[in-house]
Amino acid sequence: MPNSLHIVVCAGIVPDPLQTLEPVTGPAGPGLKNEMVLPAVLDPWAASALYEAAALAAKNPGSKLWLVSLGPKAKLQQVMMTVAQKVAFELVPIDGPIGGFPDAHSTAAVLAETIAALPGLDRAKLLLFGGWESATRGAGVTLQLVGERLGITDQFQGVDQIDLRDDGSFEVLERVEGGKHQVSVCAGTPAVLGWATGNLAEPRNNPQVGMANMRTIMPALAKAKATKLEANGLSYLSVSLPKQQRTTRVEKDMTPDQIAAELVEWIGAE
Amino acid sequence: MESILVLTHADETGSALSKASLEAVTAGLELAARLSAPLTIGIIAVDAAIAASAVASTGARLLAVSGEAFAQARYASDAVAAEALCRAASATIVLAPGTSRFTRIAAGVAHRLGGFVDTHITALSGTENVEASRWFYRQRIEAVISRGARPWFLLLDAGTHTAFVDEPGAAQIENISVELPAQRTTVSGFRAPALGAQTIRPDAKMLFVAGAGWTKKQPDGQVHVAEAGELILGFLHATSASLGSSKSLVDQGGEGNSVLPFLTHLNQIGQTGATPRHAKGLSTCCHGEEPHVVGWRFIGSRRAISLDPNCGWTRGKADVVYVADAFPVMAKLNALLEAAKM
Repeated sequence: MPNSLHIVVCAGIVPDPLQTLEPVTGPAGPGLKNEMVLPAVLDPWAASALYEAAALAAKNPGSKLWLVSLGPKAKLQQVMMTVAQKVAFELVPIDGPIGGFPDAHSTAAVLAETIAALPGLDRAKLLLFGGWESATRGAGVTLQLVGERLGITDQFQGVDQIDLRDDGSFEVLERVEGGKHQVSVCAGTPAVLGWATGNLAEPRNNPQVGMANMRTIMPALAKAKATKLEANGLSYLSVSLPKQQRTTRVEKDMTPDQIAAELVEWIGAE
Repeated sequence: MESILVLTHADETGSALSKASLEAVTAGLELAARLSAPLTIGIIAVDAAIAASAVASTGARLLAVSGEAFAQARYASDAVAAEALCRAASATIVLAPGTSRFTRIAAGVAHRLGGFVDTHITALSGTENVEASRWFYRQRIEAVISRGARPWFLLLDAGTHTAFVDEPGAAQIENISVELPAQRTTVSGFRAPALGAQTIRPDAKMLFVAGAGWTKKQPDGQVHVAEAGELILGFLHATSASLGSSKSLVDQGGEGNSVLPFLTHLNQIGQTGATPRHAKGLSTCCHGEEPHVVGWRFIGSRRAISLDPNCGWTRGKADVVYVADAFPVMAKLNALLEAAKM
């Protein structure tokens, strides 16, 4: 028998991974040069969480899916033009700073407060999804902190699979050391799942889904509450690009035999 | 004055400390010496006696939460155990290994204690204050941070410190009792590739990366996925290297194309994959673009085989790039490696 779920996906926006990043320090602390004009995408692991959430909601009629995202309104709007065409969701935007340098604890506090106030959310049916790490801060702590603030003590990180059972319990595969998955069975919702890549391919763009989503996304963006994030005593002593640039030897004329012989020597060297 | 707690946990035996935990012990000893601060080691294990004896010679205060419930790595029970150890130690700085077990709970525990957490710490410095190095934007920007708020939890990346090793000694353990809430989650085991098919080897000296070029059409107009698979597995067999992959190659599986059956998303290196630590890395049939190469941040000596003389590897990302077809090179290389074994 299907279980109706209330799935909340927390997903930030990040610079397109192909962009060159350069740190700069301003009055508000470190950031990226030209951060507001860098093309942005939905955080990749959080995007996996969104697609898995949509697939799970589709299999369980009566389920509901919210996407909670914190970032500058203008950037959120730009990213949502693409994301909205993938899967159906209700956007809950929070107008706030962009990037990886703000404190995760402050981010989590704002997200938790927003989720707790979602109209119609049944916390007993809640599956809190997100990426296990972001592509900005990459700390892997925000989702845990949101879960703690919401009183959820069944948490899973590095998730690649969830199998929901008829009785409401579910099996979860979490990444652990050495290329293995830990297999756990949880009695049911509520739970926190920080997703790795999952098993689903990125959904194709569907203009009809996009149009339906945009009808609610634009008003939601217009009403998005502005928020400031506290530093919580976090200070940056230095922020820099790695200096290591290798002097590359490019060999264009070696035969396979010569290359293989050189590689054998290199592999054997201590 | 700071007070330091190193949180540790047992390995799969349930009694010996994990290697990453022993690395955190080293970090704790170094930091305690630098700050002239007292050191406590907290142990979570089924039976803490063996684990405690391994670190008895540190002279640190030893606290333990033990019992069958801690045979399994699970948020609800591990968080209660870690919280109890932290409260008993009253530490201002909590160091812990960045294992899957502790990354699952550290933020939650820090929140319960009114503290703060920073993860993926690669170095600790500072004599007056604690300063921590970590990377942002998937290893593309490095920062040194500090925090005024306490307690401050710092999760250390594996391989950043040497593991503590000394003769086992008699340990005086303070056992901390905890009251566990009803457990809603049961760990039923682990799922791993069949014996001999495991290609991810974190302790290997070498990383071998396969890129999407292995499944592209070759000069004869055909794809040679089966041959590619044999060459790759042959190299792994000969060198015991760990296998990584570019995202584009792993993603082909989800797009219905011919793929290498032994590759999964767990092998993926880079922006949305792993950032392993190995002394050497050999890339094959991979463009070496930034989203992939950020996963090579902690690879020492790097070489690449690529048909593209302008690929990313040639732009200061590898030490040596061989502009060549990987198929004949790897065939010859495997033959030489096998011959050397005889």
